[in-house]
Amino acid sequence: MTTREAVLGGRELTVARPISLANVLVPGTLVGLMGLAFAVAMVRYVSGIGAISNLNDAYGWGLWISFDLLCGVALAAGAFVTATAVYIFGMERFRPILRPAVLTGFLGYLMVVVALLVDLGRPERIWYLIIHWNVNSVMFEVGWCVMLYTGVLALEFSPMLWERLRLEPFRRVIEMLVIPLVILGTTLSTLHQSSLGSLFTIAPDQLNKLWYSPLLPLMFWLTAVAVGPAMVILESTISSRVFKRGLETDLLGGLAKVIPVALAVYLGVKIGELVATSELDLAFKGNLESNLFLVEMIVGVIVPMVLFSLPKVRRSSGWLLVGALLVIGGVVMNRFDVSLVGLARPAGASYFPSWMEFVVTLGILAGGVTAFGLVARNLPLFGEHAHAEAKVGAR
Amino acid sequence: MAFAMLFDATKCTACRGCQVACKQWNDLPGEVTTHTGSYTHPAQLSADTWLLIEFHEVENDNGFTWGFRRRACMHCLEPACASACPVGALQKTNEGPVVYNEDRCIGCRYCMVACPFDVPTFTWDRGLMEGAVIRKCKFCVDRLGSGLEPACAKTCPSGALKFGERDELIAEAHARIEAQPAKYVPHVYGEEEVGGTSILYVSHVPFEELGMKSLGSEPVQQRSEQIMEKATPAVALGMLLGLGGLYWVVKRRNQRSAKKASATRGDREASS
Repeated sequence: MTTREAVLGGRELTVARPISLANVLVPGTLVGLMGLAFAVAMVRYVSGIGAISNLNDAYGWGLWISFDLLCGVALAAGAFVTATAVYIFGMERFRPILRPAVLTGFLGYLMVVVALLVDLGRPERIWYLIIHWNVNSVMFEVGWCVMLYTGVLALEFSPMLWERLRLEPFRRVIEMLVIPLVILGTTLSTLHQSSLGSLFTIAPDQLNKLWYSPLLPLMFWLTAVAVGPAMVILESTISSRVFKRGLETDLLGGLAKVIPVALAVYLGVKIGELVATSELDLAFKGNLESNLFLVEMIVGVIVPMVLFSLPKVRRSSGWLLVGALLVIGGVVMNRFDVSLVGLARPAGASYFPSWMEFVVTLGILAGGVTAFGLVARNLPLFGEHAHAEAKVGAR
Repeated sequence: MAFAMLFDATKCTACRGCQVACKQWNDLPGEVTTHTGSYTHPAQLSADTWLLIEFHEVENDNGFTWGFRRRACMHCLEPACASACPVGALQKTNEGPVVYNEDRCIGCRYCMVACPFDVPTFTWDRGLMEGAVIRKCKFCVDRLGSGLEPACAKTCPSGALKFGERDELIAEAHARIEAQPAKYVPHVYGEEEVGGTSILYVSHVPFEELGMKSLGSEPVQQRSEQIMEKATPAVALGMLLGLGGLYWVVKRRNQRSAKKASATRGDREASS
């Protein structure tokens, strides 16, 4: 058994890996970031959010909501898109990339919850949503979706654990429940992705008309469907390098076919809405908002839409990555534009995240990356993949 | 009986007695502030300053005139904050005040996004022990309950702030405008804005000059409440049924094509 197989199998962890600079630097950086973020979080718990952030009464939400929450949830969309493809549409060929996609989604949601525990004023009351209901509130829906979908993702992820622990009965229960679980998960994802857009429909006077639309929930959902496969491409590319595995370019190219469709529908809805309300001229005013909007739409939507509709791009691992990064960049920009830049504030108000806010965000990101690495090394994450690869090799 | 207050900018002298009375009654500490170049002081509302008199220099034919604005919670008839609060910590009372329950607030700050008047403020300096929550003007709901008027209205020496019943105050506001049409802008701010507010304004300068946005007469949460009432349950049910149906259809089709494939293979094997 070669070292590579030992790592892939995830069983024989005692096999000595050659000590290189990267083997020390990467874990060191990750642990350092997590430790620093933990220290900053402690300052927040003692002295308040104001002590570590530049948030203020005019900018009640900042980096953590725009990036950790809104982008975090959007970028976790790979899980529901892939699970829907495999289980509902019966596209069994995507099964090899299912587990990493579900894991990325699950960790993404856990990271959102951790960020909320820093951002909420009273994190110890996060469970109040269960006993105090306001069904008029979009935030109520958001909260419930986070709770329920994190649970669903945990169950979808759990077979890896049961296999590793050889708890066959547990694995079988999940296997029996997997279809209802995936249906529930996709429904919750749809509700959650769209409700994050609905949040901002309550601010029709504050939100710039380039982004404000009664159709914000639909737009958030469409962009999530587009960014889901893009995240699977990014995650597969990185883990193929880190864990020295093959890259399923054909599978990724197949999944990427969703992207131009979702982006085209999104573009149609977005431009159609701006034309219908005769607000399209706002895009050419040459101010900060209009420039951000144009970059978001051209670089983050139109270019990747064209790229992913070309078979040549979908067959090349390099181009797939380029296109995926554009989609991800476009969605990240969109979430920041809607939740931070596009919202009008009282005169004289300003906000730029403090270094400690960045530390919290980076620390949570480091936590997610570390957890992914630990799972990849210790649980049969690519187990099914190794199997499929062997079959491909035999052909 | 719905209580309200009428603020008449033409009568305000910016003595800030209301500001001080508010701090005293609600036991709010003073703030360390910096000089901003404006007489408005402190510069903004905060968790410790629920009421503020803003100083606006308004240009006119004679050079300039002062426009003073009372800035505090507007106590909307249909408050966006109460609609937005996920745990129902903010509530509209029948008597007029929009009150909040500090013991329920989770500190998510969505009310700050939702409020069209940028009113709710947050306790940024509170850690886990004190618990960081939202704060804002409560319309002295604890005084109203004892038959007293709000501390700010009680204090106002110039008659700029009048406490009373909303219908009566609206009638009085229109009467004042009609009596002196040359003096007043012909608009009662808060009568219609975002579905109506419990704090009403009349002014000698355009309301935009006082930093008051021109807002529609529909509550801002109209769209999000429609989404919650209609779209969300429809999408949830549609997705559950649609995905279930889709799964069933795809499975049957796959089974059929598999059967067909094995049947043709069987035929071929039989014929060979």
